Amino acid sequence: MKVAKGLHYTKEHEWVKVDGDTVFVGISDFAQHHLGDIVYVELPEVGDEFEKEEAFAAVESVKAASDIYLPVGGKIVEINEELMDDPALLNIDAFENWLVKIEMADKAELEELMTSEDYEKFLAEEE
Amino acid sequence: MDAKKTPLYDEHVKLGGDVVDYAGWFLPVQYEGLVPEHEAVRNAVGLFDVSHMGEITVKGKDALAYVNSLMTNDIASIVDNQIIYTFMCNESGGAVDDLLVYRYAQDFFYLVVNAGNIDKDWKWIQDHKKDFEVELENISDEVGEVAIQGPLAEKTLQKLTDFDLSSIKFFHLNRNVDIAGVNCMVSRTGYTGEDGFEVYSDNEGIVKVWNAILEAGKEEGIKPTGLGCRDTLRFEASLPLYGHEMDYVITPLEAGFKYFVKLDKESDFIGKEALNKQWNEGLKRKLAGIELIDRGIAREGYEVYKDGEKIGHITTGYKSPTLGKVIGNALIKIEFTELGTEVDVKIRNKFAKAKVISKKFLKK
Repeated sequence: MKVAKGLHYTKEHEWVKVDGDTVFVGISDFAQHHLGDIVYVELPEVGDEFEKEEAFAAVESVKAASDIYLPVGGKIVEINEELMDDPALLNIDAFENWLVKIEMADKAELEELMTSEDYEKFLAEEE
Repeated sequence: MDAKKTPLYDEHVKLGGDVVDYAGWFLPVQYEGLVPEHEAVRNAVGLFDVSHMGEITVKGKDALAYVNSLMTNDIASIVDNQIIYTFMCNESGGAVDDLLVYRYAQDFFYLVVNAGNIDKDWKWIQDHKKDFEVELENISDEVGEVAIQGPLAEKTLQKLTDFDLSSIKFFHLNRNVDIAGVNCMVSRTGYTGEDGFEVYSDNEGIVKVWNAILEAGKEEGIKPTGLGCRDTLRFEASLPLYGHEMDYVITPLEAGFKYFVKLDKESDFIGKEALNKQWNEGLKRKLAGIELIDRGIAREGYEVYKDGEKIGHITTGYKSPTLGKVIGNALIKIEFTELGTEVDVKIRNKFAKAKVISKKFLKK
């Protein structure tokens, strides 16, 4: 399973990538692999605000719908509309295809997430 | 209570199956993936472990009359070595289970019931034995079963036997077919909407049969197939699943399966009065097919609305792998079941527009 370096991760298999004052949020390769063929992605609207760990999106495979939780609180400033037309992009590259871009409410929340190295260890224990 | 292992448990693990607890049994949801497995069954051949299914035998002088007194379909309408699909209902007309009745002889029937209902069915049929002269046996734990399904099922299975499988017609059986050296009962039945067979043997034999079929089907592109695609396949083919399209409360008439409820059959059966009454008074709700117009996927349990009023719920829903459309079964108030009616499905906190379509999703 691929783990992209330099990102922040959650135990629920979401990732956060810092990009200046905003962050990109997505799901990990492990997550897409376990979901299977992704057939639908539901994203919030630009301007919506969420608390840390609140469900903000849903990713659905043929099998089931999975809620995706926001790793850090904030305001949605951009959504990846490409995913709505082609959800399978997540299966192709889950790190390239982010879900949303957000303006964080509290940057200190990043410190509560796992580093790439921590996440790799966490996956090894999960298997 | 821990889930039980089927005789094929070790094979599932070896094949890398995602094993979960399903109805009290450890079974694989998928091996390679739901979609490729689904496609293998539609276009070539797939192999399912269905050893979790329950088997009950009914023997004795009154076997036919007894089975007919429990079932909504007319069991007297089949001959030896023929099979019939039926519901077994409670006094209110709700389904205790849906099952296949195999007729070995007038005095010997073999019932194949849903895994999750084995204990309930076993108690039910014993409780309703009355004065019928029959001997009942629950042999579920002694029977292994696999389902080989798909357009290339016959070609694949034929490699393992000298018996001419083409002589077994749809919904017929043969009790003595040698498959890879194992004595099996073979029926031309399944739960996928494709041609295929269900193969029964003892627990030891079924492991041999499973591995022999996977080996024999290599040329045909056989895949071991899991519960995930079993559900999408049966759903596309409009086959109901107990606990979803019908259950102890939802009657077979409401589920749209009147064809299997013979209200005019000569013998009485449990639930007949209630079902007759429901039919004569007119159904208040009915299962309808729906297709989503808006984006989203209508899944089991989601509520269905019309003009802000709740009119029912989704019993099964998927983005259909074969059709590529988002479709579902909805149990809704009868006045909204006409084809073309627009309804709203509540998906998380939003409403998605859908329309009523024929629930024969797969046109074959």
